[in-house]
Amino acid sequence: MQAIDRKLLRDFKRLWVQALAIALVLACGVTILLTSLGMYQALTETRAAYYERNRFADVFAETRRAPISLMQEIADIDGVLTAEARVSGTAILDLPERPRTATGRILSLPEAHAPVLNIPLLRWGRLPDPNATDEVMVNEPFALANGFEYGDQFSANLNGQKRTLTVVGAALSPEFIYTIGPGALMPDNEYYGILWMSERTVAAAFDMTGAFNGVTLALATGSTEKDVIDRLDDILEPYGGLGAYGRDLHLSDSFIDAEISQLRGMAMVLPPIFFGISAFLVSMVMGRIIALERSEIGLLKAVGYSNTEVCLHYLMLAGLIAVLGICIGWAMGTWLARGMALQYAQFFDFPFVIFRLSYWVYAAAGLAALLTTTLGAMRSALAAAWLAPAIAMQPPTPPRFKRSWLDRMMTALRLSQPTIMILRSFFRWPGRSFLTCLGLSLAVASVIASLFVSDALDEIIETAFFQTNRQDAIVIFTDDLPETALTEVLALPGVLKAEPQQYHTAILRNGYLSKRVAIEARPPNTDLSRVMSADDVVISAPPGGILLSERLADQLDARPGDVIDAEFLTGRRETLALPVTGLVEQHFGLGAYVDLNYINAQFRQIPQMSVANISLDSARLPDLHLALKELPKLSGLVEMNENREAFQETIQQNVAVMNTVYITIAILITIGVAYNGARIQLSERARELASLRILGFGRGEVSYILVGETMFLTLLAQPLGWLIGAYIARLMTNAFSSDLYAIPLVLELDTFALASLIVLTVAFASAMVVRRRLDRLDLVSVMKTRE
Amino acid sequence: MPDIVFRTEDITKVYDTGDVKVHALDGVDLQLYSGELTVLLGPSGSGKSTLLNILGGLDHATDGHVWFRQTELTDMTNRELTKYRRDHVGFVFQFYNLVPSLTARENVQLVTDVAHDPMSAAEALGLVGLDHRMDHFPSEMSGGEQQRVAIARAIAKRPDILLCDEPTGALDSSTGIQVLEVLQSINDRFGTTTVVITHNAEIRRMAHRVIYFRDGKISETQVNDHRLAPSEIKW
Repeated sequence: MQAIDRKLLRDFKRLWVQALAIALVLACGVTILLTSLGMYQALTETRAAYYERNRFADVFAETRRAPISLMQEIADIDGVLTAEARVSGTAILDLPERPRTATGRILSLPEAHAPVLNIPLLRWGRLPDPNATDEVMVNEPFALANGFEYGDQFSANLNGQKRTLTVVGAALSPEFIYTIGPGALMPDNEYYGILWMSERTVAAAFDMTGAFNGVTLALATGSTEKDVIDRLDDILEPYGGLGAYGRDLHLSDSFIDAEISQLRGMAMVLPPIFFGISAFLVSMVMGRIIALERSEIGLLKAVGYSNTEVCLHYLMLAGLIAVLGICIGWAMGTWLARGMALQYAQFFDFPFVIFRLSYWVYAAAGLAALLTTTLGAMRSALAAAWLAPAIAMQPPTPPRFKRSWLDRMMTALRLSQPTIMILRSFFRWPGRSFLTCLGLSLAVASVIASLFVSDALDEIIETAFFQTNRQDAIVIFTDDLPETALTEVLALPGVLKAEPQQYHTAILRNGYLSKRVAIEARPPNTDLSRVMSADDVVISAPPGGILLSERLADQLDARPGDVIDAEFLTGRRETLALPVTGLVEQHFGLGAYVDLNYINAQFRQIPQMSVANISLDSARLPDLHLALKELPKLSGLVEMNENREAFQETIQQNVAVMNTVYITIAILITIGVAYNGARIQLSERARELASLRILGFGRGEVSYILVGETMFLTLLAQPLGWLIGAYIARLMTNAFSSDLYAIPLVLELDTFALASLIVLTVAFASAMVVRRRLDRLDLVSVMKTRE
Repeated sequence: MPDIVFRTEDITKVYDTGDVKVHALDGVDLQLYSGELTVLLGPSGSGKSTLLNILGGLDHATDGHVWFRQTELTDMTNRELTKYRRDHVGFVFQFYNLVPSLTARENVQLVTDVAHDPMSAAEALGLVGLDHRMDHFPSEMSGGEQQRVAIARAIAKRPDILLCDEPTGALDSSTGIQVLEVLQSINDRFGTTTVVITHNAEIRRMAHRVIYFRDGKISETQVNDHRLAPSEIKW
């Protein structure tokens, strides 16, 4: 090994704490890049492979009842590769030893042949016998949550007929990677299951013999999805078609898509911030090292080392820091990505996960880290290369200070000399001071960007559960019922109040913009389920008008007063022109609301309801469940408390993980910036501070200069951090917003205060660690040092 | 007549600090001969170090010409100057300028790693009497020892010229004399042209020639008919 390389290694060893502080920030960037890209790749590849192997359909359509003979016409649509009909329905399940009712989505399995699309992947047991009317195969998470084994039984209310079903197998399906029940916010595998049964059993139960109510299509390569959907809609329209849709509107796929785009966003936004901070830290530390090693640089040149060799020598020092950061980042990234893969496994039901972090992901993360570090060191390394040897051998000229209005102001304010020293250093190196502030402000921003989510979720829960959906439960019927059935609902045990509500699938159009949504029709002035405007006023849709949620209005580019077309796919399938009468603040889904009586009149139907919102005497809940298990025409009961608790529990877990990660990141950034800043100050001011000690200043007074400057910069960083934090929070609310949900921007004073407190405390602790070196300062030797 | 190693012709060096122009060298004509030990004497700021830097290829003259043997230094690019220093010049500084993170041996290896035909680091350290301290770090050595490491480092490449800027400036007299003995033995043994800058007028007694500087000019040149050995010098 060459002597100059030994110098490199020993310098690195000497600087290890500073190097580690920088390397950890760099490692955060590498970790996040690796984790997000790794998970992005894992999810994308796993999904693609699963869809491919189990032939996930491209187009889906539901209809009320279509004759099976229609399938030939559907299969003949230009661009359709495969078409498969099926019968589906929902049923209330009575699970052994479960007091509450569960809901099952029942799907038919083709009788004549094995399924060709959305092929269920058998996990254990077997498919139901086509001739057996009581055999059922369930989705694996449902089986696991309920401890089902081969031969276990439970009863189901199939369209009014109570039947005992025998579990013969468990499967996973590409259609149900994210399995969420009607009206639920989170997967609930205990109480919501997918049930595959023989075609003849399901058809008989739902009165669909010789008919189907669902169709799925696989498309040929090069075909246009929109054309196929239009054609399919035309064919199904006379049979109550509810509008075909592609994978983009498929519920399970949408959730995975939202997750994938979040990962992509994370990979693009966060790592550059960490790399930027590392580059700045490297530049700051290298700048100081080169100032300290001025005479060594002169010497290297004097003995014949070229500018390039000197430049490379310092770049390699930065390179070693990068290598340390990259190694830590690779290790942490691999570990975290595995952890996240396990967490995903909880939410997404994949039969396998293709988890391999490709070499190119490691290489890309490493290269990005190395490049940014090199960039950070480049200025200093070039300065070292360009330093004329004769000048390098001389002690540096003292920094130039000039009197300005600031000095006159400081004099007028009668500031103490140590305070003046702090301020003067701040103004002497404005670029460095600004970048230090920027680094610290990013730490503040990082905390705000994670803490605000808790408040946003509180706001979501407050709006969704306490302001708008105030019902205790929603009773969902298999088909729309006459409103008179409300009397029967009121007669159920524990039901105190009941209000009707209708759901209609419709396509809303405004000019060239359109969106397929579920429109809710409700009576005016409902008490249980309400909608509210952004300024928290309860509003109702007047007869002939429509209320849109803000995000839906944005997507349709519709404002109050605009008239939009609503093409109903239910009822008489009419298109109504409805003026937008107001906007609704809503965080889940894309809601649209109309007046129930107006819809009944337009549809020329007796008053009907799809669901009933009820308030309950909670003491009588077990009796209610018992009664519901016997009730026909019922497809489920959504308990709002359970719903809210499941949501809160899952989200709180995620938020806790997110807060831990972001706060750790903020701490690492703060340590990286504050510790390195203080060390550099100490090395620059060592003589100065020692002189002050010799002149009779106490340790505290001398420490004040060192710690004071760090804290002064940290304080200055706060407002900037708040601004950047608020901005990142806004970016995040936009990035996380999908058709499924939106996070509101809620910024409380507490969030800012806590973010500042964390960063100020860590900065203070970092400066105090450096301060301890002041105690060890050898006054005599410092004064003898040449520089 | 010995070969001329250095020849300068009316060289000037002006430092422009914006407000003031400092004439560090103001028309210096000089010749240095092969194997000669020359002492440059003069007060601070008289231009000795500036001249040494220009001869050593660390700095450019503002005007005038400098030749090293047949090669003109004044026209050299930075790259050529680096090669010139690497191949021909050894430096010794007042404050030793050792790399604190390297041992004595490794400090010498800094040079032997890049030189054309160097002696080994051990041999160089042996020449300055430090064979027993080779693996010590600078912080573990006395000032005299550090300066001897610096000399070993300078001579390890078998330089044509040895340029020493106040080599005894930071040392007490007995240690300083040891260092001068090493310099003289190198000069005698290898015939290395040696230039020593000093404030210490006594050191002039060991030189072949003494050149006096004042205000950036040569004020006087003196040839020693009778040289003293370093051990005979006292201050």
